[in-house]
Amino acid sequence: MARDDALAREDILAYLDAHEKKSLLRFITCGSVDDGKSTLIGRLLYDSKLIYEDQLKALEGDSRRFGTQGEKIDFALLVDGLAAEREQGITIDVAYRFFSTEKRKFIVADTPGHEQYTRNMATGASTADLAVILVDARKGVLTQTRRHSYIVSLLGIRHVVVAVNKMDLVGYSRETFDEIEAEYRAFAAPLGFESIVCIPISALEGDNVTAKSARTPWHKGPALLPYLETVETAQNRAGAPFRLPVQWVNRPDQNFRGFAGTIASGTVGVGDEVVVVPSGRRSTVARVLVGDREVARAGPDEAVTVTLADEIDISRGDVICAGRAPAEQTDQFAAHILWMHDEAMIPGRQYLLKTANRVTPATVTELKHKVNVNTLEHLSGKTLELNEVGYGNVATSHPIAFDSYRNNRTTGAFVLIDRRSNNTVGAGMIDFSLRRAQNVHWQDLDIHKAERARAKHQRPCILWFTGLSGSGKSTVANLVEKRLHDMGRHTYTLDGDNVRHGLNKDLGFTDADRVENIRRVAETAKLMVDAGLIVLVSFISPFASERRMARELVEDGEFLEVYVSTPLEVCEKRDIKGLYAKARRGEIKNFTGIDSPYEPPENPELDLDTSKIAAHEAAERVVEYLERNGYLRG
Amino acid sequence: MSQIQHLLARAESYAAREGLSLSTVSRKLLNDGKGLARLKAGGQCTLKTLEQALARLAALEGNGAGAPASAAEASRAQTAPGQLERASMTHLDRLEAESIHIIREVAAECENPVMLYSIGKDSSVMLHLAMKAFHPSKPPFPLLHVDTTWKFREMIRFRDETARRLGLDLIVHINQEGLAQGVGPFTHGSQIHTDVMKTQALKQALDKYKFDAAFGGARRDEEKSRAKERVFSFRTAQHRWDPKNQRPELWSIYNTRVHKGESIRVFPLSNWTELDIWQYIWRENIPIVPLYFAAERPVVERDGALIMVDDERMPLADGEKPKLEMVRFRTLGCYPLTGAIRSTATTLPEIIQEMLLAKTSERQGRVIDHDQAASMEKKKQEGYF
Repeated sequence: MARDDALAREDILAYLDAHEKKSLLRFITCGSVDDGKSTLIGRLLYDSKLIYEDQLKALEGDSRRFGTQGEKIDFALLVDGLAAEREQGITIDVAYRFFSTEKRKFIVADTPGHEQYTRNMATGASTADLAVILVDARKGVLTQTRRHSYIVSLLGIRHVVVAVNKMDLVGYSRETFDEIEAEYRAFAAPLGFESIVCIPISALEGDNVTAKSARTPWHKGPALLPYLETVETAQNRAGAPFRLPVQWVNRPDQNFRGFAGTIASGTVGVGDEVVVVPSGRRSTVARVLVGDREVARAGPDEAVTVTLADEIDISRGDVICAGRAPAEQTDQFAAHILWMHDEAMIPGRQYLLKTANRVTPATVTELKHKVNVNTLEHLSGKTLELNEVGYGNVATSHPIAFDSYRNNRTTGAFVLIDRRSNNTVGAGMIDFSLRRAQNVHWQDLDIHKAERARAKHQRPCILWFTGLSGSGKSTVANLVEKRLHDMGRHTYTLDGDNVRHGLNKDLGFTDADRVENIRRVAETAKLMVDAGLIVLVSFISPFASERRMARELVEDGEFLEVYVSTPLEVCEKRDIKGLYAKARRGEIKNFTGIDSPYEPPENPELDLDTSKIAAHEAAERVVEYLERNGYLRG
Repeated sequence: MSQIQHLLARAESYAAREGLSLSTVSRKLLNDGKGLARLKAGGQCTLKTLEQALARLAALEGNGAGAPASAAEASRAQTAPGQLERASMTHLDRLEAESIHIIREVAAECENPVMLYSIGKDSSVMLHLAMKAFHPSKPPFPLLHVDTTWKFREMIRFRDETARRLGLDLIVHINQEGLAQGVGPFTHGSQIHTDVMKTQALKQALDKYKFDAAFGGARRDEEKSRAKERVFSFRTAQHRWDPKNQRPELWSIYNTRVHKGESIRVFPLSNWTELDIWQYIWRENIPIVPLYFAAERPVVERDGALIMVDDERMPLADGEKPKLEMVRFRTLGCYPLTGAIRSTATTLPEIIQEMLLAKTSERQGRVIDHDQAASMEKKKQEGYF
C-alpha cells in the first residue's frame, strides 16, 4: 500500500489505470470469538492503511472503553459494528468489510462462529469464493473447526486457508503447526476442497499476515495477504453450459424484446442456439447487450440483455440455456436444507420457494435425515430446528429449471419463505431431481372432471368447515349435506374424528402430525372434487398455512372456507365430548384453544357463529351461498 | 420482424451512428456493396450468409462508436464471437453487474418502487446504473428528492437538469409543515432540522405515494452499522429498522415480500467503496455536481468547519465577511451542515488523488453522525434512511 501511495502521489493517471484492472475476491472468515478473527480483519485493514485518522482516534477511544487489550489498540473493535455487539464483546451478525491492494479488491464476510449462528455463517459463505478458517494454535482442530469446514463445503466453497493463529502464544512452534495441519488435512479429505493452504500467523503481532515473518523461518508457504492476492478461485464457469435466469423482460416498443438477467454460467454470443426451460422453445441469439453496450459475447456474472431471432414467449422465471445442454426441470427434488428460523420446519407445511428468478409454493415432503454439523453424523428426525441442516425431498407447485448445486451455485440454490410472516426461513441446495415429474405421467383419461360434474348437474367444490372443537362444524356440515341430498346433489363428508379412525390413524396431535393430517385430507378431498362431488370437510384445522395449502391444491373457486366462529367460552360451555374439561385438567395435551393456538381465517367465504344463529339457519346460509354462486347448476 | 429486417435495421443504425454509407457497411457485412440494398428491396439470402452477416455486424457494433471508453471495454471488443477465452471481469465490472442485478430484481418484484435521488456522487452512480439496467427502456420508476430547502443552489440546478436530460420523472417533496414552522439549521439546530426536514419528510413522501421499495445510495464502507445492513433492508409500517431482526440474505436471491404498509430500502451500492465510486465516475464519465471540484467560493469558519455562504439566509456576525477561498466538498447535503475542505483539485484525477492521500474519512464532513459512537444505528432505527 505504501508503494501504492507513492504512485497515487506521483502519477495519478497511472494509478487509476492500474486500479481499474484489479480483480475481485470475496472471502469469508470463520472462527469463534476467541480465535482472533475480528483482530485479523482489523489487522488487514490497518496494515493496508485503510484506517483514517478520525477512525483511528475513535478506535483509541473505544479501545479504552470496551477494549480487551489493555493499553494496546483493540483491532477487533474496528470490525464489530452494532452497538449491542460492542457491549457484549462478540460478533453476532454478518458484516462485510472492504479493502484493496494494488492487485485485488477484497470483500470479506465476517461472521460469528458459535453454533447458534450457523445461519449467519452460511449467509456469508453463500457469496464467497474462499474461506479463511481460523484455528487457535493452543487448541488445535476443534469441534467448531469441523463445523465451519462442513458449512463452508456445504455452501460450495472449494478453496480453504487454515490460518493457525496465536502462534506467538506457542513460541512459533513448528511441531504444533505441523500437527494441526496434518490433523486438519485428514479430517477435511472427505469434504472435497480443491485446495487447502495452512499458514501460521499471529493476528495480534502481525506475523505472516501481510508479509512473511522472520519468526517462522521454517514456514515455506506464502503469507496470508500475498496468497489472497494471487489465488485463482474461478471454477471455470465460463466453460460450463450457458444459463441465463430471466429476471425482467425489456419491451420499450414493438421493435425490441429483450430478456434481462445475470449470466449464471457459460457464455452467450450472437448466433448461439438457445433453448428456453421449461417451455422447450428454441431460437438463436440476435443481440447481446451488457448494460447499454452491444457486445459479441458475454460471460458469467455479467448483467446482460439478450434478444432472440424469433418471437417466442419468455417471461421472468424462465431460464435461457445453451441449445445443446439445457438445464433440467422438475417439481420434485432432493436437497440439503439449512433452517434459519425459530419456528421449526415441518414436512408437509407449505412455504414459498424462491430460486434465482422465480417464486413457487413448495413443501418438504420428507426429511430423510438431519446432519450433526459438528460430527457430520446422520441423525433421524421429523422436523428441522433453527441452525439445523437436513437432507430431504422437496415438491414444488410448478416445475422449476435447475442444475445440481454442485455444478451451479446460482441455478442450484433456493430460499424458503414463510407465507405468513414473509421471513426467509430456510436455504436449500438442490442435489438431484427425483424425476417422478418426468417418469410418472398422469393417466390420460377421456372422462374429465367437467364431464363428471355435468352428469351430476353441479359444480364440484370443497366446503371446508374450520373452527374450535364444539363450535358446531359437524352439526352444520351434516345439515348442509342433508339439504343437498334432498336437492338431488352428490356429496360426501370427511369428518375429522372419522378420518382419524382409518386413513389417519397413525397420526397423533403434534404440530407435525396435524399438518400431515390436513395434507392427507386435502388430497383426498381433491380426488373427490375430481370425481365431481361437493365435498364437506369438517376439521378443526387450526393453522392458516395448512388451510391455504388445501385451497391451492384445487382450482380457483373450488375451495370455500366456512369459518364456524363460535367463541371459545361457548364451545367450552357446551363441551359435548367432555374434552375441554380434560384439557383443562391437563389430561389432553396440544388441545386447540387451550394449549395449542387457533389461527382464525382472514377472508373466509362464510363466517357462521352458532352462538348467535341456530345450526339449521347456518346450514341454510351455506346452501344459499352455493345457489347464489352457481355451484348447484351444471 | 424477420431476421433479414432485423439485420437491415441494425445495419442502418450502425451506419448512421458511424457516419458510413450503407454500401460501405454492406461490403463489410456481405462482401458486396449492393447486398443490403437488394435485401431491402425484398431480396433473399441463405441462412448461412445471414448468420455470418449478423456475426460480423455484432463484432463491428461491439467495437463501439469512436475510441473505447476504457481498457475493459477495449479488451471485450477484441474478443471474437465463439471464442471462450475472454478478458476476466474487473472489480468495477463485477460491482456494476451486481448493482444492475439488484435494481432489476426490484423492478421485477416490487409493485411501486422509487429511487431516492440525493444529487450526490453516489446517487449519480446509482442513477447511471439504473439507466444501464433497463436500456433501451427508461427505468420503470420515478426519482424522489427530499428537499430540505437548504441544499446548495447548484445541487438543485443539477438535479433539474439531470432529470430533464435523461427524461425521467422527478418527484420533489418538501415537508410543508416544517417549512411553515420555519424549521432550519440556524434556528433549530442540526438535529431538529435533519429530523423534521429530512427524516420526517422522507416518511411523509413514502406514505403519500405508497412506495413499497425505495433505492438508496448508501455504502457499507461508510459507517459501521451499515456494514451489517442487508442489501434489501426491511422497514415496519412506521419505517423502523430492527437490526436484530434482519432477514438472512443468501446468494443473490433476495426476498422482496412485505406486508401491506411495510416497505424495503434497497441499497444497490452496498459493496462499493468511496474509491470504487470515484473510479467508476472516471471510467464512465458520469456527470457530477460541480461543487465536488475546487473553485473560489465565499466561506466563513464555524466551529472549525468551513461553511459556504450559499444564500442570504446565512446569519453573519457583526463585521464578519465571507472570504473567497479555493474549496471543494467531499460530501453534499444542506449547505449550513456541510463543511468544505481547502483544495486545489479541479479535475477528477486530482480529486481522487486527494482522497487517496487524505487522512480523514469522508463522513467527517457531515455533522450528523458525530454525536455518539452508535448514533447512525440509532437514527436508522428511528427511520432515517
